[in-house]
Amino acid sequence: MNAQSTRFTVLQRALHWLMAVGILAMLFIGVGMVSTVMPKYLPLLEAHKTLGIVILLLALLRLAVRFVYGAPALPAAMPAPMKLAAHLSHYGLYALMIGMPLLGWAMLSAGAYPVVLYGGIRLPSLLPPNAGLHALLWQAHVWLAFAFFALILLHLAAGLFHALIRRDGVFESMAPIAGPREGTTPAE
Amino acid sequence: MAQSPPPTSRAAIGSLVLIAGVVAAAAGAFAYTGGFLSPERLTPPKLVGALAPPGGPALGHRRNHAKGICFTGSFQSNGQGAALSKAQVFAKGDYPVVGRFNLGTPDPNAPDATVRVRGLGLQITAGGQVWRAAMIDPPFFPVATPDAFYALLEASHSKDPDAMKGFIAGHPEFATFAGWAGSAPFMASYAQDAFNSLNAFLFTDAAGATHAVRWSYRPQAQPEPLSPADFAKLGPNHLETEIAERVAGAPQRWTLVLTVADPGDPTADPSKAWPEGRRSVEAGTLVVDKVEDERDGPCRDINFDPTLLPDGIAVSDDPFPAARSAAYARSYNLRTAEWKDYPYQAPASPAAGSTVQP
Ligand code: HEM
Ligand code: HEM
Ligand code: HEM
Repeated sequence: MNAQSTRFTVLQRALHWLMAVGILAMLFIGVGMVSTVMPKYLPLLEAHKTLGIVILLLALLRLAVRFVYGAPALPAAMPAPMKLAAHLSHYGLYALMIGMPLLGWAMLSAGAYPVVLYGGIRLPSLLPPNAGLHALLWQAHVWLAFAFFALILLHLAAGLFHALIRRDGVFESMAPIAGPREGTTPAE
Repeated sequence: MAQSPPPTSRAAIGSLVLIAGVVAAAAGAFAYTGGFLSPERLTPPKLVGALAPPGGPALGHRRNHAKGICFTGSFQSNGQGAALSKAQVFAKGDYPVVGRFNLGTPDPNAPDATVRVRGLGLQITAGGQVWRAAMIDPPFFPVATPDAFYALLEASHSKDPDAMKGFIAGHPEFATFAGWAGSAPFMASYAQDAFNSLNAFLFTDAAGATHAVRWSYRPQAQPEPLSPADFAKLGPNHLETEIAERVAGAPQRWTLVLTVADPGDPTADPSKAWPEGRRSVEAGTLVVDKVEDERDGPCRDINFDPTLLPDGIAVSDDPFPAARSAAYARSYNLRTAEWKDYPYQAPASPAAGSTVQP
């Protein structure tokens, strides 16, 4: 793909939507598990760690795919500040997709916890135990999780804004299935 | 890119309302899941907060079992435990141990004789996997469920003079514990206390069969049971001074006894001891050979979360380990975040001081 194409590649769209579901699930599991003392706390925590590591791997794959295939250009008619906001928010989303799982893993390592995933998979420690560092990473994991959710809401609102109001093909570029306008010539 | 005609302004307003609605619904679902809209939900912050004494928690310290002292040593496994669990720790061999003797109080400076419950935090590392446990000396837990534990904490801190009466009426199991607390002697040394898992765990053996197990570390030292008054005469910090001196003289030992439930035994309720005569297995010996002050000892920054288990041991239908894991994580997060408040500079306790680097 190159800047002339109107849509992300199938692989990119598949990764985008698969990970969107996974990341939203992670955020809900995260706030759900830390607000319960019921037996489900343990399976939720295990799911959280496991899915989080899967997301880390998918995010790295996705970044590589992005370097190879690029992205469709935003519509020429889009105001420059809006384009800047779109680009910055995408950097932010990539940073959080990779940063959040690393923070989770590092936080447990610094807290001298074993990092055990579903099926008894044990990850090595990322950092030597350090209580102060544990606390810092924990606070970062929690606050960035809320920032991540806020950014996703903004991103969702922007996506729908493109789809319903601007109707400029930006939403279609990432839409999971081809819309009615698939194949129309780019307007720009 | 594909373009289509812009919507009419009425349709645009409709779309904006729709977008706002989608965002609000997502934010609402998130807040609901996180319990922000359900103040009645028993959350880890609430449960841990309820442990705090009226003057507030001791910052930088464990929110419960705050007074304690570290040790290191080994677990000498005799191989017998392998009949119940395939965990590496039950294969014959010596495995390194980090632990902590402690008192069940949220006050790190509580005089020893004012605390009824004593605890043992333990980590055994075998085959690259850790087994963490936190055990206490009573033979059963005061209450049957985590919710009841919260109710007990609330009642005991309540200003209502009838709060405890009401709690006891609603939780008959508490009387059994109160009976123990009122009659059991105080041992003169941590080395003479038995420490019990109370919670049941599922052990899986090499053939894949599972067994519901509770365990105890039984002291090999001669017991010296004292009345509360005689124990109080030994001084407010007797236990830490004594164990440091005792271990400096000779390693101290406990036998690990695994007890297997019979079908129908209450595995989900730690307030009920299992009847006598259950199958039991002596799996090895805990040897404590060095005691160190908590403030720069190896146990301070460890969370002895009882759900951190090796392959071959898992949680059972007992609801406590999950609740404890959630609460201990909260306590650990808080106390590590408060590291500035932890008294690193306080003088070491006199006896343990000798084993501590300046
Ligand atoms: C959980 C959440 C989500 C994450 C982490 C996420 C992440 C991303 C990222 C990083 C990009 C930029 C792709 C690139 O340039 O390589 C992107 C693009 C896009 N996303 Fe999402 N997304 C999420 C959810 C959603 C949702 C719910 C929508 C629905 C409206 C959506 C619609 C879009 C659209 C239309 C684009 C294309 C933007 C463009 O062409 O520049 N995303 N997403
Ligand atoms: C996309 C990746 C991730 C997201 C979006 C995410 C999100 C969250 C959220 C929302 C919370 C609850 C924060 C709070 O309200 O206190 C949380 C907590 C937690 N996360 Fe993650 N997380 C991710 C990856 C991971 C990974 C990979 C691990 C570990 C391997 C991990 C370990 C934890 C732990 C242990 C907690 C509980 C912290 C505590 O003790 O309170 N997370 N996470
Ligand atoms: C729902 C019930 C319980 C709650 C809320 C609770 C709460 C706590 C908390 C907050 C800590 C401090 C953890 C840390 O900061 O590392 C702690 C430590 C401890 N608890 Fe519990 N606990 C409960 C049940 C039990 C039971 C059933 C036992 C024993 C069988 C037990 C034995 C211990 C011991 C020995 C420690 C000290 C461990 C160490 O040295 O770090 N607790 N408890």
